[in-house]
Amino acid sequence: MQALDKKLVRDFARLWLQGLAIAVVLACGVAILLTAFGMNAALTDTRAAYYERNRFAEIFVDTRRAPLTLLPEILDIPGVYTAEPRVQGGAILDLPGRDEVAMGQILSWPADDAPLLNVPVLRSGTYPAGADEVMVTTAFAEANGFVAGDVFHANLNGQRRALTITGTALSPEFIYTIGPGALMPDNEGYGILWMTEAAVAAAYDMAGAFNHLALRISAEANPQDVMDRLDTTLDAYGGLGAYDRSSQVSDAFVSAEIDQLKGMAMVVPPIFFAISAFLVGMVISRIVALDRAEIGLLKALGYSDLEVCLHYLLLAAMIALLGTGIGWGLGTILARAMAMQYATFFDFPYLIFRVPVWVYAMSGLAALLTTMLGATRAALMAARLAPAVAMQPPAPPMFRRGFLDRMMSAMALKQTTIMVLRSIVRWPIRSLLTAAGLGAATSAVIAAGFMFGALTRIIDLAFNQSYRQDAMILFSHDLPETSLSEIARLPGVLQVEPQQFHSATLRNGPREKRVALEARPEDATLSRVIGAEGEPIVAPPGGLLLSERLAEQLELSVGDNVEVEFMTGRRETHEMVVTGLVEQFLGLGAYADMDFLDTVFRRSGHMSVANVLVDENRLPDLHAALQETPALSGLILMNENRRSFEETISQNVSVVNTIYAAIAVLITVGVAYNGARIQLSERARELASLRILGFSRAEVSSVLVGETMLLALLAQPLGWLFGAWIARALSNSFTSDLYAIPLVLSPDIFARASLIVLIASFASVMLVRRRIDRMDLVAVMKTRE
Amino acid sequence: MVQYVFRTEALRKTYDTGGVQVHALAGVDLELYAGELAVLLGASGSGKSTLLNILGGLDHATSGRVWFRELELTELGDRALTRYRRDHVGFVFQFYNLVPSLSARENVQLVTDVARQPMDAAEALEMVGLKHRLDHFPAELSGGEQQRVAIARAIAKRPEVLLCDEPTGALDSKTGVQVLEVLKTINDELGTSTVVITHNAGIQAMAHRVILFADGKIAGVQVNETRVAPHEIAW
Repeated sequence: MQALDKKLVRDFARLWLQGLAIAVVLACGVAILLTAFGMNAALTDTRAAYYERNRFAEIFVDTRRAPLTLLPEILDIPGVYTAEPRVQGGAILDLPGRDEVAMGQILSWPADDAPLLNVPVLRSGTYPAGADEVMVTTAFAEANGFVAGDVFHANLNGQRRALTITGTALSPEFIYTIGPGALMPDNEGYGILWMTEAAVAAAYDMAGAFNHLALRISAEANPQDVMDRLDTTLDAYGGLGAYDRSSQVSDAFVSAEIDQLKGMAMVVPPIFFAISAFLVGMVISRIVALDRAEIGLLKALGYSDLEVCLHYLLLAAMIALLGTGIGWGLGTILARAMAMQYATFFDFPYLIFRVPVWVYAMSGLAALLTTMLGATRAALMAARLAPAVAMQPPAPPMFRRGFLDRMMSAMALKQTTIMVLRSIVRWPIRSLLTAAGLGAATSAVIAAGFMFGALTRIIDLAFNQSYRQDAMILFSHDLPETSLSEIARLPGVLQVEPQQFHSATLRNGPREKRVALEARPEDATLSRVIGAEGEPIVAPPGGLLLSERLAEQLELSVGDNVEVEFMTGRRETHEMVVTGLVEQFLGLGAYADMDFLDTVFRRSGHMSVANVLVDENRLPDLHAALQETPALSGLILMNENRRSFEETISQNVSVVNTIYAAIAVLITVGVAYNGARIQLSERARELASLRILGFSRAEVSSVLVGETMLLALLAQPLGWLFGAWIARALSNSFTSDLYAIPLVLSPDIFARASLIVLIASFASVMLVRRRIDRMDLVAVMKTRE
Repeated sequence: MVQYVFRTEALRKTYDTGGVQVHALAGVDLELYAGELAVLLGASGSGKSTLLNILGGLDHATSGRVWFRELELTELGDRALTRYRRDHVGFVFQFYNLVPSLSARENVQLVTDVARQPMDAAEALEMVGLKHRLDHFPAELSGGEQQRVAIARAIAKRPEVLLCDEPTGALDSKTGVQVLEVLKTINDELGTSTVVITHNAGIQAMAHRVILFADGKIAGVQVNETRVAPHEIAW
């Protein structure tokens, strides 16, 4: 090892704490990059492999009842490669040892045990063979402790049957399984059940017919054309509109996760890299200033400009190396934790957990490049320093009397205060950058806090204000409103209100959107439409009330006409007027008055669901009664939904908040500690002189602490601005058909963020203050400038 | 025939500091001979250090010409000057300029790592009487010892010239004498042409020639017929 390299290693060892502070910030960037890219790659690859091997369909369509004889016609549609018909239906399950009603989706299983598409992977047992046998999803079996041979009861289209489990399976269709109306997967209360074709057809009265079709198309086919032809073909048989993978629930969730990972990889790591580059630049330029004489010496000894420049770049590279090392370790752990998380949400037969080597290489390279880039200016400064000049002490920085000085004299400030203010004004760029760094820390906390505020708001609006019912009772067919009295008589039901759901396509010229149209009675109290400010809104009779995002997508405003094609009921198309708009965060809502819709359909009052308030104490009786009710297709327990959602969210949010707060503390320590250390090294003589002149330790420290804290204070408004801006960007980027994130920024979020950063700044600068207290005055004064 | 190591012709150096022009060198014509030990004597600010920096290739002249043997330094760019310093010149400074994070031996290795035909670092330190302090860091050495490490570092590459800027300036009389002894030994034994800058008149007695500086010019040259050994010098 050459002597210059030894100097490098020892310089680094001397600076290890400063280096570490930067390396940890850098490590966060590397770790997140690693996790996001690694998991993105893993999910994408696994999904692609799974879909390919198990022939996941590309186009899906539900229909009311189409004859199997239609199949040749469908296969003749240009571009259709394979098509597989299926019968499916909802079922109420009565599971042993569980009081609450569970729900299941029954799918038909081909007699030859060889499905063409969406091929399940058998995990245990065998395929169903007999009329009362089912194969169930592995997650459902595991959550309920079922093994092959176990028996449970189910209400299939009004018939109560005892079903025997023959085996468990996974399916590419159900990587993410979520029941109707649920917000989170609930493996205990919802499962997929495969049953022999003959048994399902008999139970749902579908002999010789199908109500679901899955298709694969050839590579050159245009999916939209195929879907259009399919819709035309199935129109007469109650086709509910063909859709592609993007609307297939399981795939949509996996895609959303992949996109989110991609977004995270693009947005978050660059912020960390930028901050570490800035810190490295700050530290290296200070080291170059301190090493001035040594640089002159090296040049006098015959080292070239390039060698000197490289020497300082290598110092930066060592920080990058340390940061990359920590980042890789952290990222590997994080990626594994993330993979475990995925394992609980997503049901893959295998998941490629391995983070590809290129991701490690890429993240390391990114860290190295940004750090070197940060150090370049300082290293070039060292290279350009002329040896004869370098060996002389630097000229004292120029201070000129300006406006500020006259103001300060007028205010008769203390000398130490003037020192603080002058230093900030004398190096405005450095001050600004330090403030920007601390501001970035504040903004990180705000960005996280905003998510919490936004989610709380969404939950409150959606669950507590909009949906106030304890449960929703779903029917297999629309029932006349007169059945309400029967439901009201069920044990424990305190209040009941009807509601209609219609699947419809809204059209305005070339723009169209498939929506679930909700209709309620004017005086509904259990389920209401709620505006962004929490105010209940009644759909004005004679037209549609649309959520603003939906209206925007369709380019509609109040008073415009919109074509509504109903897939349900009489499957009619009507021209309707937009009578109102409402700002909403969840879903793309479309609402109508129930009486108005019934008039349009020329029928007496009907309902597709009943919303009920329930006496908690009598819930078991209600469940027991519902399991015996034939016309029921399901029951959504809103309270349970709310509880599990809130639990998951608050858990996630507290994890996220902690992470962001930790990140903010890291950034703050990185900026404030390094800043104060640099201050100290620049001003050691000055501060020692003050001590010799008789200033107390506290007074001398106040110069250092004062400058950092003043900058930290000035950084706060900057941080609020950044934070609000990031929050706005996040809120915009998260907006999808599923939801919009409201920009909720309450003062306490700002206050909390500032408090964290100010405390961390103070703690960092106090660490440096200890060095002032221990300063050997004589030695400091003796050292040559 | 007398060989020159350095020759200067009408050498001028002007510094521009904050609008004020300082003439550090105001026309210097000088020859320095191979193998001699020359002392540049003068008050501070008389231009001695500026001359030494230009001779050593650390600084550029404003006008005039400088030759190192046949090589015209005033024509060289930065890269060639770096090469020149690396191959031919050894420096000793008033404030030692040791790298604090490197031990005595490693400070010398800084030079031996890049020199063409260096001596062993330990050998160089032995020459300055520091064989027993090889692995000490600068902070563990006295001022005189640090300066001797600096000298060992300067001579380790076997330079043709050794340029010393106030080598005893920061030392007391006793340690200063030890340093001068080392310089004399090197001049005697290795035949290295040595230029010593000082404002300490006592030191001139050990030189072959003394060049007196005042106001950026040579005020006079004096040849010592009999030289005094360093241990006889006191200040």
